[in-house]
Amino acid sequence: MTRRQSLPRPIAPPLDPAPRPGDGPTLLAQVAYVAVGVLLGIVFVKSEVLSWYRIQEMFRFQSAHMYLVIASALAVAALGMQLLRRLDVRSWDGKAIAIPQKDMTPRGARYWLGGTLFGLGWGLLGACPGPIFALLGAGVTSMTVALLSALAGTWLYGAMQSRLPH
Amino acid sequence: MTTLWQEPWPWYVAGPLIGLMVPLLLLIGGKSFGISSNLRHLCAATVPSGIPLFQYDWKRDGGWNLLFAAGVLLGGFIAASVLLPDGYTVAISAATQRDLRALGIGDLSGLVPQELMGWQALASARGWLTLGAGGFLVGFGSRWAGGCTSGHAISGLAAFQLPSLIAVIGFFVGGLLMTHVIMPLVF
Repeated sequence: MTRRQSLPRPIAPPLDPAPRPGDGPTLLAQVAYVAVGVLLGIVFVKSEVLSWYRIQEMFRFQSAHMYLVIASALAVAALGMQLLRRLDVRSWDGKAIAIPQKDMTPRGARYWLGGTLFGLGWGLLGACPGPIFALLGAGVTSMTVALLSALAGTWLYGAMQSRLPH
Repeated sequence: MTTLWQEPWPWYVAGPLIGLMVPLLLLIGGKSFGISSNLRHLCAATVPSGIPLFQYDWKRDGGWNLLFAAGVLLGGFIAASVLLPDGYTVAISAATQRDLRALGIGDLSGLVPQELMGWQALASARGWLTLGAGGFLVGFGSRWAGGCTSGHAISGLAAFQLPSLIAVIGFFVGGLLMTHVIMPLVF
């Protein structure tokens, strides 16, 4: 028996409502996830939102570019979700579409503390997780250091999770 | 020479396309738009180390998300190789250029500043701060907050989630603090 098999099994909550075993995404859905990602990566580059310069400009309030990108993205996302809900659209696998929920914690500590820590990193690195992947693809190979550091941060959070306020 | 398809896209093209990710992913498989969970999936796949956060079936729960991230990487590659001219420079405002020069960043070319984010930057403290500390905080903070810019600022806010509003306020408090208070001290 390997060490991995002898470890205690899940205590962590699933990220998404757990799908039943054996009903993973179809090949078509898998191709669609990649395709939608490709579109997002192209948009990140062409709108320059993956640029450290644009993030600095945003935090210095010296251009409306980033704010208009975020605001129009929000408007389309909200409208899209309302339409899916009102028209009772089902996803490709025939399931009812649930609007994503974030659970409120007693004092919301994880959101404001974690959020502020993330913001400090966003200000420094000038890239959030999506742009890290897009920059890697765009040939900024030194972003592997940022990715590995982000993985180290995620791992350390996991190791400290039970001792942090949520 | 810059051709039409090498021009940058305005906000009213880019923003709506980013927003479209949310209904598209819901439509394909009922998935919530988010990227930072991939960091968790990658930890679970490589060094779960018996930590509860990383004990789950990452292939089943995160497979779609990793495919999505691989697409983002591929999209970055396609855009940079086909849709950008050589020697591309981001047209930031004159005020930002002035501020960044005052911060000691002389070369403002490329998608990111080489002095902070190129491989050679790793010979300096600034480079390690940017790539190392910046990356670490992004990873730690996004998992603590349960999401990043995509999950909270776009997906969460669009669904009118109060936790996401708190997280996004935190994102901006942190970013403003870093830009206006900490960076002038440490750069």
